[in-house]
Amino acid sequence: MGIFSRIKEGLKKTRDGFFKNVKKLLSFDRLDENTLEEIEELLILSDMGSETSQEVISALRERTHKGRNPTEVLKDVLTEILDIPYEQKTGKPYVISVVGVNGTGKTTTIGKLSGLYSQQGKRVVLAACDTFRAAAVEQLRVWSDRSGVDFISQGQGADSAAVAFDAINHAVSKGKDVVIIDTAGRLHTKSNLMEELKKVHRVIGKAVQGAPHEVLLVIDATTGQNGLIQAAKFKEAVNVTGIVLTKLDGTAKGGIIFAIVKELGIPVKYIGVGEKIDDLKPFKPSEFVEALLSNDEESSEEV
Amino acid sequence: MFENLQDKLGRAFRLLSGKGRISEKNIEEAVKQVKLSLLEADVNYKVVKEFINGVTEKSLGEEVLKSFSPDQQFIKIVRDELINMLGERSSPLRLSSQPARIMMVGLQGSGKTTTSAKLATLLRKEGKKPLLVAADVYRPAAIDQLVQLGKQIDIPVFTGDRRNPVVIVKEAMQQAIKNINDVVILDTAGRLHIDDTMMSELKEIAALVKPDEILMVVDAMTGQDAVNSAKAFNEALELSGFVVTKLDGDARGGVILSIRHVTGKPVKFIGVSEKPDGLEVFYPDRVAGRILGLGDVLSLIDKI
Ligand SMILES: Nc1nc2c(ncn2[C@@H]2O[C@H](COP(=O)(O)OP(=O)(O)OP(=O)(O)O)[C@@H](O)[C@H]2O)c(=O)[nH]1
Ligand SMILES: Nc1nc2c(ncn2[C@@H]2O[C@H](COP(=O)(O)OP(=O)(O)OP(=O)(O)O)[C@@H](O)[C@H]2O)c(=O)[nH]1
Ligand SMILES: [Mg+2]
Ligand SMILES: [Mg+2]
Repeated sequence: MGIFSRIKEGLKKTRDGFFKNVKKLLSFDRLDENTLEEIEELLILSDMGSETSQEVISALRERTHKGRNPTEVLKDVLTEILDIPYEQKTGKPYVISVVGVNGTGKTTTIGKLSGLYSQQGKRVVLAACDTFRAAAVEQLRVWSDRSGVDFISQGQGADSAAVAFDAINHAVSKGKDVVIIDTAGRLHTKSNLMEELKKVHRVIGKAVQGAPHEVLLVIDATTGQNGLIQAAKFKEAVNVTGIVLTKLDGTAKGGIIFAIVKELGIPVKYIGVGEKIDDLKPFKPSEFVEALLSNDEESSEEV
Repeated sequence: MFENLQDKLGRAFRLLSGKGRISEKNIEEAVKQVKLSLLEADVNYKVVKEFINGVTEKSLGEEVLKSFSPDQQFIKIVRDELINMLGERSSPLRLSSQPARIMMVGLQGSGKTTTSAKLATLLRKEGKKPLLVAADVYRPAAIDQLVQLGKQIDIPVFTGDRRNPVVIVKEAMQQAIKNINDVVILDTAGRLHIDDTMMSELKEIAALVKPDEILMVVDAMTGQDAVNSAKAFNEALELSGFVVTKLDGDARGGVILSIRHVTGKPVKFIGVSEKPDGLEVFYPDRVAGRILGLGDVLSLIDKI
């Protein structure tokens, strides 16, 4: 199965529940105001937010001319929002810090990422810097066993910056390629916890030039409008370089990423479509939108 | 973007001042602001529509009272309608079996395990003798997580064979009787409502233990899709209520309105920290202003 169909499979429920209806609407050859309103409703139901939805609708209205298929126009509009350029830093070891609010899927994503990098022949070190939540260290250890990568921890209650420092030194001395830092879930409103995260990043920066090279903010696809505030606050604190959108195997649509990318200019880099080690896919804007809107057999049967 | 609803309403109502009566035309702008505010708070779109219809109906033709400015009166109508939809009172647990059984269910990462420990802490304060049961055999270190929490709060945790949730739960019930625990709290694995195999497992456990309470744990930051998962869990299990977690952040918590509305089941507790004492009884009136983005206006209205 190709990657594209696997993404589609992961998104199947999403598409069936939601964009199937859009397609039905877009089979109209003219977009009257009623149809636009219904599309706007569906966009809002995807968690896109009313502001972003209205902008998409305006663009759709402006760009739909005679002879242009409205579905294609909508695809273009949506893809253009998500398709933003970004720079990819390099480094050895390449240090990735994974951050976000509680329970979004950070540790699981790290497990999957370590699998992905190992498959590419990279030598990975995982750093158990969530020293707060019960059994967070154990959880990450299980993932390091699954992917067969190095695991650095100082147990629960340890100083997370010290663990990060330890892991990077281990990587430097053993010539490892990638260090992935698991941080504790924290709400962006808790200034002491956000300060602690900044400290971890300062220590990382001192240990390796330019690190962390990647700061991934994990957003749960079920998240509503609070996702935009989360992204803004984490960006402000630790300069997020990419979003991972998890739990797309459910029925939630993850529409908040449109607002995040548009308002904050942070690109989406991966999507999570399950709890297994290979359930992480690189994010491709056109594929994402295409998979959502695509006209394959199952959905055409249903229409 | 995050301008206060109060300011927006104030502007909308400047048009209305001096008029003796609220009419469809002159509340149009105010209604639109309320609608946007509810959407910003993640109240489900369909629920918002119903809510707005209710408010418009109630507002129309109502005399503007002397003691209120028109915007205050409108806000009062909105607030009352919201509390009406949320349910007036708090809903206590109903624990009648001996031992009583509470089953925690929900999507991945919503806060079930943490809430199980919090609930045990709360019930012990009320003089009960809880037993926690680790029935999540899937998530890495889920059992360790509950065991560690149990140690922190000094409440026993039953882990059984660490393999089969149904067997674990069955044995846990025997253990509870032996050790004279009067309430058993079952922590189950997070699962998607569309995962039939995993949903069947919950049904099997529920049929076995006949819980006094089945509480679905929902993250306060959840958006529009909450109605789908809440409905599906309720249909599969006949929930007794919800716990909404992570309200210590700045999520407006519109999900509270949505899940209550689509299932008719009450929110019983809210989670307000990561610590074992971070669970509170839910009072609908206290969250109404937060959902509306109204800050302190509501307490003012209460005084009038
Ligand atoms: N269905 C599904 N579940 C996921 C996905 N990613 C993570 N999960 C589940 O979500 C739950 C929380 O995941 P964690 O990785 O522990 O989340 P976290 O962000 O590290 O949580 P904290 O460290 O407590 O803040 C677990 O049950 C995971 O198995 C996904 O893409 N799909
Ligand atoms: N700030 C805050 N964090 C909470 C609250 N409740 C739970 N959490 C955090 O949310 C994350 C997930 O909590 P868990 O209890 O592991 O969630 P779960 O539903 O058991 O997760 P799975 O078993 O993987 O489905 C952890 O980081 C908890 O500390 C709350 O009320 N406030
Ligand atoms: Mg974690
Ligand atoms: Mg759990």
